[in-house]
Amino acid sequence: MTRTFLARNPSVLWFLLALALFTLAITLMSEAYGAALVSTSFVKTLGKTLCLCLVALAMDLVWGYVGILSLGHMAFFALGGYMIGMWLMYARTEEIVIAAMANEALPATAEEIRQGIATQIFGVVGASELPPIWAFAHSLPMQLALVVLVPGLLALVFGWLAFRSRVTGVYLSILTQAMTLAAALYLFQNDSGLRGNNGLSGLQNIPGLGDVPQADLSIWFFWASALGLGAVYVGLAWVVSGKFGSVIRAIRDDEQRVRFLGYSVEAYKLFVFTLTAVIAAIAGALYYPQAGIINPAELAPIASIYLAVWVAIGGRGRLYGAVIGAAFVSLLSSWFTGGRAPSINLGVYTVNWVDWWQILLGLSFVLVTLFAPKGIGGLFDLLQGLRAPNRHGDPMGPGDGALMEKEAVE
Amino acid sequence: MRALAAAIFAALLLLSPLAAQAQTAADILTANRALVEKSSRQTIGPVIETLAASGDPQAAAILSAWADKGLGIRKSDGAFLLISASGAGYALTSLDGSDAGTAPKSDITELRPNAGVRGLIATALVQFQLSDPDRSQREAALTAIARDASPDHLAPLRASIPGEPDAVLRAQKQRLERLLTLRFDPDSAARVAAIESFSGDMGLDLRAALNPLVATTVMAVAGDPPAGTNIARTLRPGTDLTTDEAYALLVAAGLAPARLTRVDLKAALAANIVDGKVAGTPVASLNTPESRDRAYDALESAGRVPAAATDAEAAAAAAAHRFLAVYAEPDPAVTTAAKDLLDSIELKLATMQAADLALDALSLASIYFLAAIGLAITFGVMRVINMAHGEFIMMGAYTGYVVQQIVPNYTLSILIALPLAFAVTFAAGVAMERLVIRHLYKRPLETLLATFGISIALQQLAKNIFGTQARPLTAPSWLDGALVFNDIVGISYIRIAIFVLALVFLGVFLWLMKRTRLGLEVRAVTQNPTMAASMGINPDRINMLTFGLGSGIAGIAGVAIGLFAKVTSELGSDYIVQSFMTVVVGGVGNIWGSLAGAVMIGTLQKGIEWLNPSNTLAAQTYMILFIILFIQVRPRGIIALKGRAAGD
Repeated sequence: MTRTFLARNPSVLWFLLALALFTLAITLMSEAYGAALVSTSFVKTLGKTLCLCLVALAMDLVWGYVGILSLGHMAFFALGGYMIGMWLMYARTEEIVIAAMANEALPATAEEIRQGIATQIFGVVGASELPPIWAFAHSLPMQLALVVLVPGLLALVFGWLAFRSRVTGVYLSILTQAMTLAAALYLFQNDSGLRGNNGLSGLQNIPGLGDVPQADLSIWFFWASALGLGAVYVGLAWVVSGKFGSVIRAIRDDEQRVRFLGYSVEAYKLFVFTLTAVIAAIAGALYYPQAGIINPAELAPIASIYLAVWVAIGGRGRLYGAVIGAAFVSLLSSWFTGGRAPSINLGVYTVNWVDWWQILLGLSFVLVTLFAPKGIGGLFDLLQGLRAPNRHGDPMGPGDGALMEKEAVE
Repeated sequence: MRALAAAIFAALLLLSPLAAQAQTAADILTANRALVEKSSRQTIGPVIETLAASGDPQAAAILSAWADKGLGIRKSDGAFLLISASGAGYALTSLDGSDAGTAPKSDITELRPNAGVRGLIATALVQFQLSDPDRSQREAALTAIARDASPDHLAPLRASIPGEPDAVLRAQKQRLERLLTLRFDPDSAARVAAIESFSGDMGLDLRAALNPLVATTVMAVAGDPPAGTNIARTLRPGTDLTTDEAYALLVAAGLAPARLTRVDLKAALAANIVDGKVAGTPVASLNTPESRDRAYDALESAGRVPAAATDAEAAAAAAAHRFLAVYAEPDPAVTTAAKDLLDSIELKLATMQAADLALDALSLASIYFLAAIGLAITFGVMRVINMAHGEFIMMGAYTGYVVQQIVPNYTLSILIALPLAFAVTFAAGVAMERLVIRHLYKRPLETLLATFGISIALQQLAKNIFGTQARPLTAPSWLDGALVFNDIVGISYIRIAIFVLALVFLGVFLWLMKRTRLGLEVRAVTQNPTMAASMGINPDRINMLTFGLGSGIAGIAGVAIGLFAKVTSELGSDYIVQSFMTVVVGGVGNIWGSLAGAVMIGTLQKGIEWLNPSNTLAAQTYMILFIILFIQVRPRGIIALKGRAAGD
């Protein structure tokens, strides 16, 4: 155990190097600080992609390392976005309301300003009162704390309930999906206090920074996202490389055996589930100011499944796999659905990628699941000459772990 | 209204000598020629009434002809004639019913009564229609009265009852007579008797007649209420209504000055800014409610603004007055009787509503069961998570839609669609099992993912083929309408059909699993594939068939669901989570469990919707939360498998 953490995990260094170079390159090509080779909207897309990579990291930890296929992490992601969005929207509206009231004969009272903000924000859902859940919206530190606390507590309570009753495997996946659906349906109501299906909008305008052009803001958020991604990557790499990592991998592979060895399986799972929920929420809090708008559709169960798709295609059980998968699939997806991919003319039928991308994604996902369970990350194994044993042929004994014929021949 | 009544009364006085003696319709019209020619709602009433009461056998025909522009005046002699268009001119009939030849259009002045006059004629005609020889006419008249009753209808209705030959109509008339009596009869005792005669009844029409009788308004009075006020109860400010509401009532009744609102206060202050100060207070410091109140008080004491009621004054004013809930109906005997009857109806109504809710819940449960029964096979028996199950339901619904495009007869097309949907989704299921799922039997989590990939692809494919808008899947006409037990309890035939279909599927499933060779082999393969194989069963074939069967049933469920839901590419994903919940809550691997799960979820959802009717989204949210908690209590579902069959 004399080797250092980095020496044992060379991938961390490579990853940080690649991330730093990428960040530097984009900065030098940006409109704000460089040669203006990439547009502000593309910088935003890249910044958002980094946030998606961050939530994919969380998903990889909870699925790839602990084996919990959570279909609820995009709900935590969106909740984080909602929490920061409440402050962004409140503070921004406050600026507008104060500016509008400055021309009146009397200076506005605090009550009048609150009333003005409430009318401004909730006019669309026919209300004029600030709901109680907006009680802290005026304060950035409080909302930042809520970014962590709300999804963290939700994950803690839900995880505690689910893990203590030993719900595992596909049942747990379905349960998390039900939780996501419940949260989405709740937020779709107009009286949920978060503007129903209108969601929160105008989040790209940062209060107090009205004079700063979006080009600068976009690169600042890009830096913040890159910093968050790098820090979380190093942190998670450290977590999974130690004894803790060994235990959670053991839980993934055989939960019963770990329990019999005396480890508190539920505590480990609960810790990882809550930790990853918090990471997802932080990623969401970085994502939505760049996206500018959040609505309950972002919580739909499908979003969480796409997250699983990214991680699976990238290669689960290895952190860089999740990052590669999220970046690759989400960028490819926005390229195809953005109408930039050239249509293919087949003579009788023109394949329009906006319509056919989902089908391609679904089918390639099936193929990856069937033939390349290691995903893109598996390519790195090929480079290093690592090869999985050939598990084909008939089993040589009862039980799932038995040697296979071909395996025994090698 | 009052002016009209006065006009009618005055005119009646003038006409009373005419009305006293029996006259022919022609005499009446001739005598009132000026009124008839320039008829208006204000003046024509007495003439119409005289006509209706004349006893002339032609009176009804003349009145209805008048309303239909079928009455004219011959210019040459001023005679009134019934006219009907015939060729270029009019065919004429004299008022006693005899033929009067024809005349060119230029010889006749057609009477064109306006809408008001036509309305009066229609009211007068009611008594004729009520005794019309044509049954449908009488029925139409009854419906018209029931829809828009007025006190005038009471007398003709009563008069028509003894002569009514049809027993059904007679009963209807008697019921309507009692309904009108309890609303309009001048005699209080008769009204109370009418109300009490309805004891035990709970018809919608009765409640509609009773509710206005017990409607109350809140009024504020100083001292004693005016005589004849029918008080429902006395309201106390602070408990029955808030002090603000009480004060608002006082203001509305003119018993107190209006409160000073924040907006008015601000305007008053803004109007009194002198050199950047209001009554000595700098404007900049007027940014709290307290400082504004102080500034206003200062202005008030300087006499520059009117005094405003303080909170204490408002409370004192509210305390000094009485607030009464007052019936619009002045007769206390009637309101008491009506209230008693409504209370007893209320109780019965609650029972009926519970029954209706139970029917609703049962129908929702059968829908969930139908959606979940295919899953009960693939997930419950085979333990294969198929996230594309919802898309199989969608495929079934679209199959039904396509068949309806080709076969226009709805009954026939449904009969074709059901087996065809089974065939299509059976084939899709078998293909999916062969190509994807059989490679993943040992990796259930990845089955979930792979089938999800298929689900995404299938949804998009449906979108590409059928577009994003909803497609209609029309039920045959014999499924239209509803089985109605009474005003409250009813269920549409489609829902009954779905209920029956769910029962049939339950029977088929039980028969297949418990009574056939295939079922035996399926159970054997599920329990231990290796052992089953050594007994000569081909596990591959059985898995394929079972999966195909589960998918095929999803297809049939899709046709049934498509009949009442809109068919879109998202149809399946709307049901997938609920379907899995149904199977998981019920207990995996047991069809009775799925049934229990469906009943529980259906009842629960309807129950929550009943508690919070405005919001089905909230109902679904709370239902899912409840299920998550329920799984804490019974992690293996309502009916849990025990022993070796339970696995792990």
